[in-house]
Amino acid sequence: MTKFRVNKTKYVDQTKSVSFYFDGKSYHGFEGDTLASALLANGVHLVGRSFKYHRPRGIMSCGSEEPNAICQINEDTDITEPNVRATEIELYEGLKASSQNCWPSVKFDIGGINNLISPFIPAGFYYKTFMWPKSFWKKIYEPLIRMSAGLGKSPTKPDPELYDHKHVHFDVLVIGGGISGIIASKIAAKNNLKTILIEDKNILGGSTIYQKNENYKINNKYSSEWLNEEIAELKKLDNLTIKTRTSLAAYHSYNYLLAKENISDHIPLDKRNGGIRQRLWKIRADKVIVATGAIERPLVFNNNDRPGIMLSNSVKKYLDFYGVSCGFNNVIFTNNDGAYETAVSLKEKGISVEIIDIRKKSNSKIVKNAEKLGVKIYWNSTIVNTYGHRKINSIDIMNLSEDGSNVVGDKNRINCDCLALSGGWTPMVHMHTQSGGKLDFREIDQTFIPNEIDENHINVGSCNGDFELDDIIKNTNNKVKNFLKVSENEFDNTSVLNSKEIDKRNIWLLPNYISEGKCKSFIDFQNDSTAKDIKLALREGFKSIEHVKRYTTTGMATDQGKLSNMHALGIIADTAGVKMGTLGTTTFRPPFTPLTFGSIVGRNVGKFFDIVRKTSIHEWHSQNNAKYENVGQWKRPWYYPINDEGLHDAVQRESKAARDSAGILDASTLGKIDIQGTDASEFLNRVYTNAWSKLEIGKCRYGLMLNEDGMVYDDGVTTRLGENHYLMTTTTGGAANVLSKLEDYLQTEWPELDVYLTSVTDHYSTASICGPNSKKILKKIFPDKDFSDDAFPHMSYQNGKIDEIICRIMRISFTGELSYEINIESQYGKSLWEKCIEAGKEFKITPYGTETMHLLRAEKGFIIVGQDTDGTMTPIDLQMDWIVSKKKYDFIGKRSLYRSDTIREDRKQLVGLLTDDPNEILEEGAQIVSDMSKKPIEMIGHVTSSYFSPNLKKSIALAVVKSGKTMKGQKLIVPMENKNINVTVSDSVFLDKENKRINA
Amino acid sequence: MFLINCPYCGERDQSEFSCGGEAHIVRPKQPTELSDDQWAEYLFMRKNIKGVQFERWNHAHGCRKWFNMVRDTSNDKIHAIYKMGEKPPVE
Ligand SMILES: [Zn+2]
Repeated sequence: MTKFRVNKTKYVDQTKSVSFYFDGKSYHGFEGDTLASALLANGVHLVGRSFKYHRPRGIMSCGSEEPNAICQINEDTDITEPNVRATEIELYEGLKASSQNCWPSVKFDIGGINNLISPFIPAGFYYKTFMWPKSFWKKIYEPLIRMSAGLGKSPTKPDPELYDHKHVHFDVLVIGGGISGIIASKIAAKNNLKTILIEDKNILGGSTIYQKNENYKINNKYSSEWLNEEIAELKKLDNLTIKTRTSLAAYHSYNYLLAKENISDHIPLDKRNGGIRQRLWKIRADKVIVATGAIERPLVFNNNDRPGIMLSNSVKKYLDFYGVSCGFNNVIFTNNDGAYETAVSLKEKGISVEIIDIRKKSNSKIVKNAEKLGVKIYWNSTIVNTYGHRKINSIDIMNLSEDGSNVVGDKNRINCDCLALSGGWTPMVHMHTQSGGKLDFREIDQTFIPNEIDENHINVGSCNGDFELDDIIKNTNNKVKNFLKVSENEFDNTSVLNSKEIDKRNIWLLPNYISEGKCKSFIDFQNDSTAKDIKLALREGFKSIEHVKRYTTTGMATDQGKLSNMHALGIIADTAGVKMGTLGTTTFRPPFTPLTFGSIVGRNVGKFFDIVRKTSIHEWHSQNNAKYENVGQWKRPWYYPINDEGLHDAVQRESKAARDSAGILDASTLGKIDIQGTDASEFLNRVYTNAWSKLEIGKCRYGLMLNEDGMVYDDGVTTRLGENHYLMTTTTGGAANVLSKLEDYLQTEWPELDVYLTSVTDHYSTASICGPNSKKILKKIFPDKDFSDDAFPHMSYQNGKIDEIICRIMRISFTGELSYEINIESQYGKSLWEKCIEAGKEFKITPYGTETMHLLRAEKGFIIVGQDTDGTMTPIDLQMDWIVSKKKYDFIGKRSLYRSDTIREDRKQLVGLLTDDPNEILEEGAQIVSDMSKKPIEMIGHVTSSYFSPNLKKSIALAVVKSGKTMKGQKLIVPMENKNINVTVSDSVFLDKENKRINA
Repeated sequence: MFLINCPYCGERDQSEFSCGGEAHIVRPKQPTELSDDQWAEYLFMRKNIKGVQFERWNHAHGCRKWFNMVRDTSNDKIHAIYKMGEKPPVE
């Protein structure tokens, strides 16, 4: 047993030694310790350096509010994690932790030089200094800041651990397993409500569980004894789920809450066995009872940040719960009675303690108890300075003036090895405010307490501002009964004995004989901001708390100002001479404590990150060496290289084959919407720019769809299958959005139309065969069918049969070649494809992918929505006036086509571009200019599609250019990094302008 | 995350729904007779109220039905939900 382990408790098993490493040095603790309690038991207080001044800092607290003891754990492993609070991590065999903010070492810290030059690092320093000269930023300031920032290291490899999500519904959720949370859970569960209790520690009971003081008794038992019995009963209740090691992260609207359960974080690495590490609980509860307790406040005075300066209640917990004394020569500095409980606990174990109290007196039972035990109390006093480099060794105290605004009399030096602070309590209202709740300011003890208006959530216990044991039990019981509408119960007649605090005094910034400018009175320990910084910000004109916070960075560290926000507000109020309640508070945002990325994403990693959609022909593509392109969620064959062919060579070969003989494309991914109903024709009239009523049954038509703003939204061929039956195709990526848009109009604008839409994209597979020999191939597959141009003309459809399977054959073309698309029910897709390949063998039918498809259509000047358009192109801009009906009274987007902006002549318009050097291929996205001499050079457009055409044996490109319609034949320039490429504006149709090939 | 009571399916998580912006903006029956300003009023102008707002919602990952919602944007309280074509409840 180390010399600081002075006490045996039931929460730390001192027969089970646990070895661990901190900053490379080996130590021993016990099962039940946290990393912080084990370090303190070994006398280690110094655990890191402060953020800005690199001052030595020690463990301050025992919970999530810890600002200093921030560690990197399991460094140099795949599961290393930064920003872990030593006060929250349960000790396990072999744990490796290191202090985070202490490059190059915790004891010798180069950044400590910042401390010496600190007069020159005031609030807003970063904004003021590192701005100029600008050239210094990248090479000098940024690396320097990054190196000394101490924000930990992220792991460099994928996280090997498993994370889980769980969705649950409960009648009642209770957050916090302290005394009020336990009372609330018991009332709820005993009244037949399905209840879940969440506690972030590994055991229930909060701070009452180790309370053993004559002055705090419930039903004549120590409060801890009484609570232990309650917990034992609680665990027997059937409809209560208790989750320990589970911390509430976020409280969203409609009682939707996220909680993170640590499942294996406390188990030695070699015993975790690949199980789930953390589980994110997604809880929807009818009623939420928040019982998150309160956080003790530090006090703000000169040099209040040395190692060995801690929070008073934490000193008590380390002693009574972990059996560790943080010092043997303790001083408590307080403004309230709570700290006297710590003094009594210390004194009863024979450990030296003195008290400095800023109040003039207090005659409560607990104070008398301390006095009786011989604790020396300095009333009406304050600390003006502290000493000790790596750990506190002494303090100077002085008397306070009558009004507390100054110090009077002589300095008095007191030696100590631990200084415990207690500045009162701050209710943890984070959950309440996250849920949208407002706060009221309570003058008597300067606290913000919840103002409850939501009928589905309440706050009980000290998070609601009840700090006395009798109030906690009585108010929790009454409130919960009311909230859950239940009648009398076992807690109604609980008898409580406790010391009551009567005398209160609060001074946000304690006065000093040393001038304010020379004092380092820390408010935010993690971000190193001081009272002086706050005052400077006010002098510089910042008024809003949100602005002061950002300028000084107070409350903006990973602890979100759990210890600092109240003091910052108090000092602003005092300095500005306004009432604190009028300032408002800063906003607490989720998560309450940092969450791991793993717990946020859960199982949605790797192949579960997003859905992968494959066509029924996918297997054939893979067997034939297809390279894939992602189009939305689809995997589409991109090209099919033969041997070690690259993209360019493969596409040249595929493109040539498709025009010379026959090519085949898997077109299954195109969106397909089945449209039925007596008003189907009228519906198409309204959604497409062209006319549809006269389309005969068995005929196909290309359609262009606009947004209401007149911009091109989607396109595709729609086929009339019957009198009231159409099959619409959409772009692959636009399918879902088009369906949503059409549904929207049908349901909300035109509910009178009798039309039904069904997505059938996945129902059919499509093989598209093109090229001069395609007709011959079709004839082989459907020998009974007449494919003559008269019997089966371009833009028509017929049913065909393969064995007994009916398929739809459309004679349509996206390549400009004679072309057929065969649609068949998806389960037959692959056999259809293989049949086509077999039939096409004698014509050397060549499978081609999306890249060749894009090239072939570009030769014909066909647009691809989303490539040649970007949501700012009208059909007129695309020179597609021919498809916009002049006769139709209305269609989606029609009115926008003659708005003052859309009729501008100098809009960007689609044109073709030919490079002067036919072998030069433009880059898609490249800017286009006409005049290089006038600076700044005006960019008049950009290249949207660009290819080398093997059929034309030259480079071709589509582009959008301002006033492009009028520029045919004009010379333009495409400036690239190393050269300027000369181009000529051309027609956008490069091949077969007469459309002869379609009937080849 | 809201709990939304789809008028066709009942209470579901917000993640199943998508919001379609302000409600009760009727598409003009005769757009061609409108001036640019009148058309722009329909096309672009939205109130974006802090407070009680009428909205369109779609049960996108459920029944795919559109419906209306009265929501206070300052505190996300849903005051009413009613089907398309129905009159908004009097406030
Ligand atoms: Zn629904």
